[in-house]
Amino acid sequence: MTSVIKVDPIACDAYGYCAELLPELVTLDEWGYPVVDGGPVPPHLVELARRAAKECPCRALLLERGADR
Amino acid sequence: MPPTTTTTATAATTPPTPAIEGSQRPGLAERATLLGAWRARRNPDLSSHLAHHGPPPLPRPGETSWRERFAATLEASGLTGRGGASFPSSTKLRLVASGRGSTTLVVNAMEGEPASAKDKVLLSCVPHLVLDGAELAACALGATRIVVCVADDQRDTFDRVVRAVVERTGTALTPVPIEVRCPPRRYVAGEESALVSWLNGGPGAPGWRPDKSRPLTIRRSAALVHNTETLAHMALIARYGPTSFRSAGGADAPGTALVTVSGAVEHPGVYEIAMGTALRAVIERTRPIDEVAAVLTGGFGGSWVSGAVLATPYAPRPLAAVGGVVGPGVLVVLTRRSCGVAETARLARYMAGESAGQCGPCVFGLPALADDLGRLALGSAGPGALERLEMRVAAADGRGACRHPDGVARMVRSALSVFSVDVAAHSARRPCPFGNEPSVFPAMGVLRTGTP
Repeated sequence: MTSVIKVDPIACDAYGYCAELLPELVTLDEWGYPVVDGGPVPPHLVELARRAAKECPCRALLLERGADR
Repeated sequence: MPPTTTTTATAATTPPTPAIEGSQRPGLAERATLLGAWRARRNPDLSSHLAHHGPPPLPRPGETSWRERFAATLEASGLTGRGGASFPSSTKLRLVASGRGSTTLVVNAMEGEPASAKDKVLLSCVPHLVLDGAELAACALGATRIVVCVADDQRDTFDRVVRAVVERTGTALTPVPIEVRCPPRRYVAGEESALVSWLNGGPGAPGWRPDKSRPLTIRRSAALVHNTETLAHMALIARYGPTSFRSAGGADAPGTALVTVSGAVEHPGVYEIAMGTALRAVIERTRPIDEVAAVLTGGFGGSWVSGAVLATPYAPRPLAAVGGVVGPGVLVVLTRRSCGVAETARLARYMAGESAGQCGPCVFGLPALADDLGRLALGSAGPGALERLEMRVAAADGRGACRHPDGVARMVRSALSVFSVDVAAHSARRPCPFGNEPSVFPAMGVLRTGTP
C-alpha cells in the first residue's frame, strides 16, 4: 500500500496548517498555498500526513490510499 | 484588405463572413471536406447540405449491428478530438458508451479561446454537418439528449444553430432531440467540467477532478462532451469512410484540420488544411505582412515557436518536437515588427483576468506573472526579476483544478525561450522600440504593469 497526499485547490484557503504539521512533504508558495510533489508518502510520515489532513480547516488536504501501481 | 477577409477572432458583434479556404491539395476529395459544401454552394440550409452530402447514415430501426459498425469505422479513421487534447475519438466514445443510464451528448461550441473562430465558422456555414455528427455520436452512445452549447456573446451563431435545429426537427435526421443553450462566455467556460457544471445549474466553473476517468454527469447520468469540429469529421467519416478521411494528412495524424490564422497577416481567417501541411505553407496562404519572427500555436494557453521552424508539419507530434501545440487549432503570426515579450505580457494579463477565481495559485499567480512580464517588456524590471518570473511560472504550473494556469505557464515558458534575446535585452533595462506598438491580438489594449 502506498499513500499520496493531494490538495484540492478549489477548497484550499491557504490556512497553511499542512505545512506546519507536515513540513517534510508540504511547502508553501509565496501566497501561502501548499505545494506537494504528488509522490508516495514515506511510511514513517503516514500518521503525520493523516493528522495534517484531519486538521485542515477546509478539508482540502487529502491523504489517499491506493494499491501499489 | 479584400472584403472577404473580415473574420477576426474577436469579431463577436459582427456577423461572421469568414475567410474560408480549402486545401486545394491534389488528391484530396473536395466534396468530403468540412467546408466543401460551403465553398460549393454558399448556403447553410438543410436542403443545400443534403444536396451536397446526402443524408447521414443513421441507424435504421432495429439495425442492431449499426453501433458496432460505427465504432469500427471511427476507430479505423484514427480521428482525434479537435478541441485541444487530441484524444482518440473512438476511445472516448467507448469509455462512455460502456456506461449505463441515459446519456447526454454535449456539443462544445463555446470557443473560449479568443484566437479561434472555427466553431463559429462551422456552425454558421455547415451547421448540419455538425448536427449530423452529433446525431451519429448520440446514436453510437445510446444518448437520449443532445445539447449544443454556444457562448452567450455569439448570438448570430446561436440563431443559426436554432434555425438548423428547427429545419431538421421532426425529420428522420433527428432521432435524438437537440437543445441549444448559451452559457456565459468566458475562457474557461468551455472546459468540459465547467460546461457540465453550468448544464447542471451550477456556476459554470471547472471542477477538481483528481480521477479524470470518471465520466462527467448531468443529473446523475453520463455526459460526453465533444468539440464541433470533431463531430463534423464524424459526419464525414460515417458517410465517406475512413479511407477518404485518411486520404488527407499522414498515418500518424490523418484528416484535414481547421486552423484559425490571425496576427500580422493580410488574410486572417479559418482555413481547412491537410494535417501535416508545413507551417510555412499554412501561414504563407494568409500573407504575412513581414518576415515571420514567431508563431503562437494552440492559442493563448498554447506555445510560441520561432519563425525558424516553419518547415515543421502542422500535426500534434511534429509540433510538439519543436515546442508547439495544435490545441484547438490556432496560429497567431508575429513579425519582427512586434515585441514578443510585450505580446506575451498582454496575453498573460488577459488570461489572469479569465481565471475562474477558484484556486489560489491561479488567482494570485497569474496577475503576478502578468505584472512581471509587463515590467520586463517595458524595461523596468529590477535585478532578479527574471528569476522571480521563472519561479512564478513554475508555481502556477499544474496547481489549479483545471489546466488554465498550466496553459499560461506553458505559453510564458515558451516565450522566455523563443524571445530569449529580447528577454535578455529587456532584463538589461533596454525597453523595446515595439513595446507599445498596437498588439497583433485584437482588443488587447496598451501594455500596463498593473497595480503594484
